[in-house]
Amino acid sequence: MNQKSTWSKIKGWSLFLPVMSLLLVMAVNIIHDVAIGANPLSFFMITLRQTTGNGTILYGRIIDILNRGSEVAILALGMTLVVSSSAGTDISVGSVMSLCASFCCMLLAGYGVSSTSTLAVPLAVGVLGGIGIGVICGMFNGTLVAYFHIQPMVATLILFSAARAIGLLLCNDLIVYVRNSTFGFFGSFLGVIPTPFVIAVICIVIISLLLKKTALGMYIQSVGINSKASRIAGLNSRRIIFMTYLICGLLAGIAGIVAASRITSADSNNIGLYFEMDAILAVALGGNSLGGGKFKLAGSIIGAYTIQAITTTLYALGVSSTQAPVFKAIIVILIVAIQAPPLQAYFKKRNAAKQVKGVIS
Amino acid sequence: MKRQTKMNGHTILLLITIGLFVVLYAGGCIAYGSKGFAHLQTFLNILITNAGLICVTCGLTIVMLTAGIDISVGALIAMDCMILATGMRSGMNAVVMILIVLVIGIAFGIFQGFLVGYLEIQPFIVTMAGMFFCRGMTAVICTEQVSITEQTSKLFYAWANAKINIPFGGYINNKGKYMVPYIRPSVVVALLLLLFTFIMLRHTKLGRSFYAVGGNAVSAAMMGLNVKKVKLCAYMLSSIFCSIGAVCYCLNTMAGSVSQATGLEMDAISSAVIGGTLLTGGVGNVIGSFFGVLINGTISSIVKTNGKLASSWPNILTAALLFLFIVIQSVFAMMRSRKK
Repeated sequence: MNQKSTWSKIKGWSLFLPVMSLLLVMAVNIIHDVAIGANPLSFFMITLRQTTGNGTILYGRIIDILNRGSEVAILALGMTLVVSSSAGTDISVGSVMSLCASFCCMLLAGYGVSSTSTLAVPLAVGVLGGIGIGVICGMFNGTLVAYFHIQPMVATLILFSAARAIGLLLCNDLIVYVRNSTFGFFGSFLGVIPTPFVIAVICIVIISLLLKKTALGMYIQSVGINSKASRIAGLNSRRIIFMTYLICGLLAGIAGIVAASRITSADSNNIGLYFEMDAILAVALGGNSLGGGKFKLAGSIIGAYTIQAITTTLYALGVSSTQAPVFKAIIVILIVAIQAPPLQAYFKKRNAAKQVKGVIS
Repeated sequence: MKRQTKMNGHTILLLITIGLFVVLYAGGCIAYGSKGFAHLQTFLNILITNAGLICVTCGLTIVMLTAGIDISVGALIAMDCMILATGMRSGMNAVVMILIVLVIGIAFGIFQGFLVGYLEIQPFIVTMAGMFFCRGMTAVICTEQVSITEQTSKLFYAWANAKINIPFGGYINNKGKYMVPYIRPSVVVALLLLLFTFIMLRHTKLGRSFYAVGGNAVSAAMMGLNVKKVKLCAYMLSSIFCSIGAVCYCLNTMAGSVSQATGLEMDAISSAVIGGTLLTGGVGNVIGSFFGVLINGTISSIVKTNGKLASSWPNILTAALLFLFIVIQSVFAMMRSRKK
């Protein structure tokens, strides 16, 4: 009896689903490693490796997941807030990432230059410029959603198609290379730890402090649950929705800089492609309702790294990158179907029937 | 009385859409008349290149009327084209392949509709998974580009190159030869589908129930409509129309490849929105969506005729138009709510 209540306590835990899916992915890895006769724990192995340029770095599959999944984790932070406050998704984040990367590289290389190793302006100017463009994009989306009452998906559809195209225009339809080690820093290693992960952690800490230490987190949830009631209670609903889009744009800018720095170039066509889907998926995987209201930041972050873990696992299993989406789709459908209210109600009903039977007998 | 003013608001939006198309097209004719933009054939070419998109937008309009969204259409087109191309390469008959594609479309639509309607999962997530699935399946079938030639299927090749001449509006080209304007069979299919959707949405019980469910699902259920079934039907129709669109699309490209029709779902959504369909459901018209497609087509046609503009301009211009339209829509909505 006692055991059962612990189990139901675990099941009732808000992060049950995201943590379960992450554990499941790890289990698949272990089974696969056992099947091919490798060390069963090779998934968790972290070793120190010498590289030609950077000296010593941490190496291992987990490190790789933490490194590669950081952009989606950063985006998922902003997406969680947007989904919570406005019950809609910001589908422009991938394109905005690309625009920020292009603008940053254009500033650093100078307009019309396609490859350079010396920076035209100080690094800080380029990076802050890129992030600034992200903030402007976020403000544009926020204005449309909060003040013009346009459905979030339609409002962000504008920048979804325009931002990437503007980025291409800024780069003259070329891939701008900034071959400079100082710019490459954001996508490489800080000591032994991957810099993208450090940036993601800093973003997570700042955002969660902002939400916990100020009332913003509660305001966002209350606007998401009922924006009219919040307004009557004295909250400026519009400004709060606007703020969440601004934060989302800012984080998209940061993710864009990281993505550009990783390849030390602005590949407008490919940076951030389908990242908006991954970010939305991370929010849904984290157990957050896409209908707005209450949110769990930790869930979204775990969701983001789970997606990366799935991708890495699929590559390890020998699935090619173009075929991987099939499995992703199946996993997504399974996870959301389990959460679906009609199925939940069905299970509850069956459990209740079982209990009644137990009492009678 | 109230209802009349509401109807008027939507009619004005539709008129603005049509007016904008006329202005855009007339502007193109004046600016690039010397490059042949004013010929009837240019307009027909817009129809030919966008035949697939018209079919997809019809289906998407229905889904959007029920307050849903279907972003799997682009990927479904890629998968259908790949199935058509590989099937014909292995010697299957074109008619059989088209039937197979349609059946796949129906099955896919029913599955998505079931998840949205009966399991109440958000449409965005379901169709996003559908998109991933179709894109991935395309790669599973074949990762390379498979083209359809005269050798692989004579029948399909003949359809793709068939011309339906139009008896008026021809012109004499600079070699002194009279050019008869023509359309392709795919345009006929697309226009028939448009007509079918228009009549269905206007005059059938199912068509009206799409509006009812999108307008307010709870009151629709109280009225005795089977909301779940209506939603399932919407997604099924969307996928069938999309499969028909895929055949039209394939007749244009004559190939199947993984990267085909990427971003087509967004073109279709923006066309429907420009045409006055609201994503919140219950409001919209398939004729508006048709003009939305034409506006998109005209923009890219103008950019192509100019020849000097960068390839990213159509995207930026469409986005700017979308911006203009949704701001007008929202101003209208605000004015209406103030009147009340």
